[in-house]
Amino acid sequence: MKTEAQTINNIGTKNSKWKLFLKSEFFYNYKRSVLAIIGSIIIISVILIAIFGPLFTIQDPYNMSEIELNNAYTPPAWIEGGESTFILGTDQQGRDMFSAIVYGSRVSLVIGIVSTLLSSVLGIALGIISGYFGGKVDALIMRIADVMLSFPTMLIALFVMSVLGRGVVNILITLTIVGWVKFARTVRGEVLSVKKQEYIEATKVIGLPNLKIILKHVFPNVLTSIIVLVTMQVGSNILTEATLSFLGLGVPITRPSLGMLCSNGFDVLYSGMWWVTIFPGLYIMLIVFGINLLGDFLRDELNPKLK
Amino acid sequence: MFQYIIKRIFQLVLVLFLVSVLIFAFTSVMGNPVYLMVREDATEEEIKVVEEYLGLDKPIYVQYGVFIRNALQGDFGMSYMYHQSALGLIMERFPATLEIVLLAMFLAITIGIPLGVFSGAYSKKLFSKIVMTLSIAGISLPSFWIGMVMIILFSLTLGVLPVSGRGEMGTFLGIETSLATIDGLKHVILPAITLAIGNIAQIVRLTRGGMQESIRQDYVKFARAKGVPTRKVLFGHALKNTLIPVVTVFGLQLGSLIAFTTITETIFAWPGMGKLLIDAINSADRPIIAAYILFVAVMFVFINFVVDILYTIIDPRIDLNQ
Repeated sequence: MKTEAQTINNIGTKNSKWKLFLKSEFFYNYKRSVLAIIGSIIIISVILIAIFGPLFTIQDPYNMSEIELNNAYTPPAWIEGGESTFILGTDQQGRDMFSAIVYGSRVSLVIGIVSTLLSSVLGIALGIISGYFGGKVDALIMRIADVMLSFPTMLIALFVMSVLGRGVVNILITLTIVGWVKFARTVRGEVLSVKKQEYIEATKVIGLPNLKIILKHVFPNVLTSIIVLVTMQVGSNILTEATLSFLGLGVPITRPSLGMLCSNGFDVLYSGMWWVTIFPGLYIMLIVFGINLLGDFLRDELNPKLK
Repeated sequence: MFQYIIKRIFQLVLVLFLVSVLIFAFTSVMGNPVYLMVREDATEEEIKVVEEYLGLDKPIYVQYGVFIRNALQGDFGMSYMYHQSALGLIMERFPATLEIVLLAMFLAITIGIPLGVFSGAYSKKLFSKIVMTLSIAGISLPSFWIGMVMIILFSLTLGVLPVSGRGEMGTFLGIETSLATIDGLKHVILPAITLAIGNIAQIVRLTRGGMQESIRQDYVKFARAKGVPTRKVLFGHALKNTLIPVVTVFGLQLGSLIAFTTITETIFAWPGMGKLLIDAINSADRPIIAAYILFVAVMFVFINFVVDILYTIIDPRIDLNQ
């Protein structure tokens, strides 16, 4: 057993911070949470598949010259009429579903992650400004947030997309517009309570500039609540993007995401080709499920009320 | 209370004004409907005639003035596609949407709240852990995918339920509804379940979270100690104090249910206003889009109002005038 003083002395070097983390209650609980570990494994595998998957796929599903119409309507390999080349079958154009899913997951993941980064940066900035400075700026930002919150995310996204039109950049803009509110709200609340703490008053007394107080003293203290939000937001943005693409208001046809693949599958659902829509959908669920498992663990772990 | 209602009405007017400006701005920059109405080889003059017919040749602020004046009279113009009153079309489709929304809400409450209460109260039990894992799966599922799985399972494989339309309608208390006939019910059940699954999961999670917090409170322990039956402790004492967040989200959920009808109705070819909206967006049918947004805006302000009133009923300590 190290004494407390020793532990404190060790803070500061990178190596010991890592050791401290491994000894923390947080990591102890993590090791014992089956669901959190499953979630992490899913997330890591999904990311690895997105990065290295194309090395193992039999074709580039975007490259029309690699696709042969003769292969269309092939069911998954384990079903009668299936071929072992096309494990998950092919779609109505002869595209290998497995390859399409691997490439589609790249689009879905990139949109989910980038849009979350954009909306969290915007939301955190507005939330800190709102909470730290208060006054008219605060009132304005919060009124806008109120109006946005009284409409469902999905509906706002639908309208913004219908104005902007299809496209990856447009999706990112839309998800940022609808996503910042959650961050701004939470961060503002946290900043309001942090602001009252003595250590913040102390920084003001010694005359630190506002920007430094915000970045060095306020921001690190609101970080825990943001972590949960960010995690969950990646999942929900992937779902929103999938839904928009399913409705034909999302990614362009040339860069199909998983939602878009499902939409293609819906066209041939009644002719019995269930695999074209089922597998991409299952993969979306797997991704979001993994993210939510981890997010749930973080929420319980970082919520002081349940301790 | 009176003061509060007045305040709310002002708020409503403000929200509607903002929304009307936004709608007008949005719909004005959205694809030009003229090209959807004329033939491909239309001459300049023909295009001009159509523009005049739609009032698109006037300056923007005049167009907005006309838009507001007409909107106040419930007139959002004729739908470009259906050549009928836009608001009329929405009102006509609204009952169909309300049917699946209400049924979905009913399912979400009757299944979600009890599951949430039990899994929150006994969070260490295997049952609760299964419920929790399922609820995470529930919020991870894209709703369009649930709909398609339902179709594959119940219609294409088992062949027991129909997949599109409202089916036979019956009259119940003077209202035409699919809920009044067996055939209608068969049609409504799949869209309603599709819509409800995500909601059930949300309500379970919320109720559970609240229960976990309130079950530790002293008044719950005290109620147990004095021998109040468990069921009463859970649903009477503990649940009552978790209802505030549940009711809040409930209001929001009702909104998101209405939003998600766009997907459910598209999949099940349900002739509601969600499908109408998607068709309108795809054909740049501005009057319908504008009427739809204002219609749901009024509805959401109303829902929020009801939720606020419910707060005071659930928790008498809340004073709306503050």
